[in-house]
Amino acid sequence: MVKVVLANTMVEVTGGQRQVELAVVNFRELTLQLLARWPQLEEPLQRSAVAIDGQIYQDAFAEPLDPKSEVFFMPRIEGG
Amino acid sequence: MAEAVEYKQIGTTPVRPDGFDKVTGRAQFGADVNLPNMIHGKVLRSPHAHALIKSVDLSAALAIPGVYAAISGADFPGGRLEGEAGGEGGGTMNDIAKNVMARNKVMYHGHAVAAVAASTPRLAEQALLAIKVEYEVLEPVLDVVKAMDPSSTLVNEENYTALPEKPEKPSNVANVGHLERGDVEEGFLAADVVIEREYKCPMAHQGYIEPHACVASIDERGRGTVWCSTQGHFEHRAATSKMLGKNMADLKFVATEIGGGFGGKTVVYLEPLATMMSEKSGRPVKMTMSREEVFRATGPSSATVARVKVGLRKDGTITAAKSWIAFEAGAFSGAPCMPGAMSIYAPYAIENFVVDTFDVLVNKPKVAAYRAPGAPQAMHAFESALDEAAQQLGMDPIDLRLVNAADEGTQAPYGPKFPPIGFKACLLAAKNHPNYTKPVPEGAGRGVAVGFWFNVGMQSSAEVNINENGSVMIIEGSPDIGGSRASMCLMAAETLGVDYDDVRAQVGDTESTGFCNVTGGSRTTFATGMAVTQACEAVIADCKRRAAMTWGVDEDQVEWEDGQAVPGPGVNADVKPLSLAELARKAGKTGGPITARASLNAQGAGAAFSVNFGDLRVDPETGKVDVLSFTAIQDAGRAIHPAYVEGQMQGGAAQGIGWALNEEYIFDDKGVLENAGFLDYRIPVASDLPMIDTQIIEVPNPSHPFGVRGVGEAPIVAPLAVCANAVSRSLGKRITDLPMSPPRLLDAIEG
Repeated sequence: MVKVVLANTMVEVTGGQRQVELAVVNFRELTLQLLARWPQLEEPLQRSAVAIDGQIYQDAFAEPLDPKSEVFFMPRIEGG
Repeated sequence: MAEAVEYKQIGTTPVRPDGFDKVTGRAQFGADVNLPNMIHGKVLRSPHAHALIKSVDLSAALAIPGVYAAISGADFPGGRLEGEAGGEGGGTMNDIAKNVMARNKVMYHGHAVAAVAASTPRLAEQALLAIKVEYEVLEPVLDVVKAMDPSSTLVNEENYTALPEKPEKPSNVANVGHLERGDVEEGFLAADVVIEREYKCPMAHQGYIEPHACVASIDERGRGTVWCSTQGHFEHRAATSKMLGKNMADLKFVATEIGGGFGGKTVVYLEPLATMMSEKSGRPVKMTMSREEVFRATGPSSATVARVKVGLRKDGTITAAKSWIAFEAGAFSGAPCMPGAMSIYAPYAIENFVVDTFDVLVNKPKVAAYRAPGAPQAMHAFESALDEAAQQLGMDPIDLRLVNAADEGTQAPYGPKFPPIGFKACLLAAKNHPNYTKPVPEGAGRGVAVGFWFNVGMQSSAEVNINENGSVMIIEGSPDIGGSRASMCLMAAETLGVDYDDVRAQVGDTESTGFCNVTGGSRTTFATGMAVTQACEAVIADCKRRAAMTWGVDEDQVEWEDGQAVPGPGVNADVKPLSLAELARKAGKTGGPITARASLNAQGAGAAFSVNFGDLRVDPETGKVDVLSFTAIQDAGRAIHPAYVEGQMQGGAAQGIGWALNEEYIFDDKGVLENAGFLDYRIPVASDLPMIDTQIIEVPNPSHPFGVRGVGEAPIVAPLAVCANAVSRSLGKRITDLPMSPPRLLDAIEG
């Protein structure tokens, strides 16, 4: 099961739940399962970056995940 | 994957390719573009920090002979604009449009209200005086903490705090950031020492030497070209076309040479005005800001008020940290409150923490990104608190940080576990540095602090064309602010196995190459460099195919070594290696010109950590601070061009020292900036600073073909607290408010 940790900004949408485990094989499946459970996450997901096993993706889409993957959502950073 | 390998080109320091044109005056900056029949645009700016615009009458200005166009907010298309501007805290496109030209309300002193274009700059300025504007003056909101009070006057009655559930009432708080882990109260109970203070950083300007400038030439069909000084011409094109309701395909944007940006040239100010007035007048329009306009109306950084509490055990272990930081956004949302929250504890493994940050509207210029946006202010506070804790514990400040230092596998405060990082290596290098092991000079204090920045990847494009003689032409879309053309040439030369002198790089306009995000976020050498490397690898694959065709062998029987195709081991072919030049000469017979391109959304940027220390001495009679020595140590991953990396570290240190010691926006009680010029807003000059000593640490980023981490932003983060800690130690008194200017320090000395 892929371990998913939501950003603090998403917790109000999920009613306080910060962490879920999902049986998915790629990032697209992961986001679809999150949206099926919490439709209000759509905008926060669009505005988030994500770290998959420590590597930060500003725009993840269909990156493969394995059952031991850890996925952290986090605010997007651009810098100056 | 990056490995510890020896390179032939990477790590060398050839002379910068843009240097000759710049020192001989040939380089074309934003204000150097001149066209036939060109006229000159000027902006009328608000004399009030907060006022309703009752009416704008342009007729008298338009009646002046030689005035060809005059515009106000009413000339812009109506309706709400969707999307966001590039760069950290760029803000919404809707807000940027209103920042470019006020509509029904001016939000800060200097806010653009109208613009004219006339045959000469002087006539344009005279025409501004003929524009009649009627205002209803409102109370300005100037104090960030008072602005957060629900009873405060509102800067924008339509601003609601961005929360999942829309609040019932509007507020000056636009956005909030929050991160937490563990149980802070339990952590503080476990602490032997607790430090709790309030710290302040002033609003400071990026201080780029070249003011904003552009020339727009739009024809009768509404199509044309805009030359501008920008960190991202693609995103300037997108913003301008969106604000003016134009098809972006009708506008070509050309990035001129740029005289500094540091984040402040990621957003548009003049380009939509010049484009609109060129279209109205049928003539090219040049617009250049004065230095005063740059200070009053372009992106400073956020001023902050930070309240920090940190608890530690006797061995230096941080048991808990709690922070509250209010960031001034200026008149529109976009203060870097989230990066501030994410960076404040990033260098440390802390079990219990909480941080709350706020993006707060005030009637001051809209802030823009400034190197590592949000991190200098947030880390100034926390690094100052840690220094005071080290003093109370009697610990060396580097040892205290080593006890708590994040390393590979540490879970960052913002979520993920760190991949390989160079923070501990930087701390150990600092501890052993000869500048650190020598005694502190008499009367001086030694300050230590660390810096951090995430770095980003984002979208980049590049083409590589092989000329007929085998020389290499790179076309990329990232404006070169910090020497990226040299870095691109080095990475291409290394990949192709050719000499650096045979490679040239050019920044293409928006019609010459694919989309590139802004040059910012320390991303260009990482991301655009990755695109250049991939394009070069495609060239090599093509060359191997052509060599196979020439030799009559299979493609997989050809290898590429030292810039030439060679038969692979065991290949039974009596052939001579084919160099890139030989393949290029015969390209017509093997399929035509050799060219390749790559475009990508680069992921896997590696975080940058720095450790800085310096010896500073305060003159007790005048309050003047002398920087006796300053040392900057940073993990660059892999330094493609080490001299440029050192330049970034030295430049960032100089800007950070300036912010710590002298730079600040000073407003009167009506919100008028009182020091809008370099005489009264004092950035460091060469005689103010010693040589900034540097040491580059190289812990390669495994996500980049050469191990690159961004290097441009982290250098400005640590110097603020280095200076505060050094001055505090030299005075024997904690100084919490920046800048530590002579009058402020005299007040502190005199109690």
